[in-house]
Amino acid sequence: MIQVTNLKKSYGSLHVLKGIDVHIREKEVVVVIGPSGSGKSTFLRCLNMLEDFDEGDIIVDGFHLKDPKTDLNKVREEVGMVFQRFNLFPHMTVLDNITLAPMKVRKWPKEKATEKALQLLAKVGLQDKANVYSDSLSGGQAQRVAIARALAMEPKVMLFDEPTSALDPEMVGEVLAVMKQLAKEGMTMVVVTHEMGFAREVGDRVLFMDGGVIVEEGTPQQIFDAPQHERTKSFLSKVL
Amino acid sequence: MDFRFDIVVEYAPFFLKGVLWTIGLSLVGIVFGTMLGLVIGLGKMVQNRFIRLPFDWYVHFFRGTPLFVQILLIHFGVMPMFTAQPNPLVSGAISLSLNAAAYIAEIFRAGIQSIDRGQMEAARSLGMTHVQAMRYIILPQAIKRMIPPLGNEFIVLIKDSSLAAIIAAPELMYWGRAMQGQYYRVWEPYLTVALIYLILTLSLSKLLHRLERRYDA
Repeated sequence: MIQVTNLKKSYGSLHVLKGIDVHIREKEVVVVIGPSGSGKSTFLRCLNMLEDFDEGDIIVDGFHLKDPKTDLNKVREEVGMVFQRFNLFPHMTVLDNITLAPMKVRKWPKEKATEKALQLLAKVGLQDKANVYSDSLSGGQAQRVAIARALAMEPKVMLFDEPTSALDPEMVGEVLAVMKQLAKEGMTMVVVTHEMGFAREVGDRVLFMDGGVIVEEGTPQQIFDAPQHERTKSFLSKVL
Repeated sequence: MDFRFDIVVEYAPFFLKGVLWTIGLSLVGIVFGTMLGLVIGLGKMVQNRFIRLPFDWYVHFFRGTPLFVQILLIHFGVMPMFTAQPNPLVSGAISLSLNAAAYIAEIFRAGIQSIDRGQMEAARSLGMTHVQAMRYIILPQAIKRMIPPLGNEFIVLIKDSSLAAIIAAPELMYWGRAMQGQYYRVWEPYLTVALIYLILTLSLSKLLHRLERRYDA
């Protein structure tokens, strides 16, 4: 589904990504952990080219992102993204937030988009919030709407950029529950997170990033119970 | 102080004509200044600095020199290159539009750039093109923030149209000066003119206030 080869990126003299190689298979849930500044968010944002990269290659669903012939908008239709700060559109109702892209990008008729939106809102447990504006939602509700908004495009992959980091602790659970459900349904997911419990329980594979490289990767059991590298051990000892 | 209402009444038809031209000049300035301002504002946001340069200097020039000087330059310098007998109303309208565009460009740029970067990212991540994201996500939010400073600029524009009197454009201030010249009176012409400008600007600010409230709801 996603093939990343020798991905490199720098901001001026600061090398953020120093050669990342990873292959993400269909229906796989890959969780990326690591200290802040390790490049994990940048890596994720490269996967849909919200962030340009300097070297290497990323193939998403058969499209080479760096190929000038690739229509990035088409690729992004298939790659949903959930942000740390939700980024809901504040001038629209929850329903309009969700139906806008399917109508304008996928060219669905309004009825179809609305039906899909209501179905997704029910799925994330917010069917009664369809007609409110996002500023009246709690953080957890807003993030669930943001997930529904991304899902409305019926993407093949979902990217999560620290989806619970901006939430009050008591709201983390409701968002993780939605993500767990999604994983169970077979969605391909790449999740950058500090929620080690989620990584262990839901992840098929865990990548530990530090200093712009993938230091170690493996099943959650391998990473959490028997980390091989010093840096992984020291990171885990701080967060667990 | 004796205030001669009779000469105010005598000049009333001229003031009426003048105020219509003042409104006309201001409207032209608002419409063309806004359209040109949008173009220049967008030009100033282009990444490439060579494309951006002329837009930057447009704003530097029109914001950095007095409108009074611009009016004289345009009426006596630029317009005669195109026509033997420049019409002062046309010169005034062009000067006001060009000047307002510089300020409005900055209002547009600031409004658009004040919208959180995450909004554009969210829109693009959903597969929207840059134009779609601008149209459905960024501009609707930015315009709401632009209304107060735009209103301010439009009020300035109404008042600044009085400077066109210097090139004998027959707007409100022109007739005020004419009356002053005829009767050698100070209070009657200038107070009357001031009062009319006040009515115009207050009406506009009331209108804008309503618009702001409607956008808020």
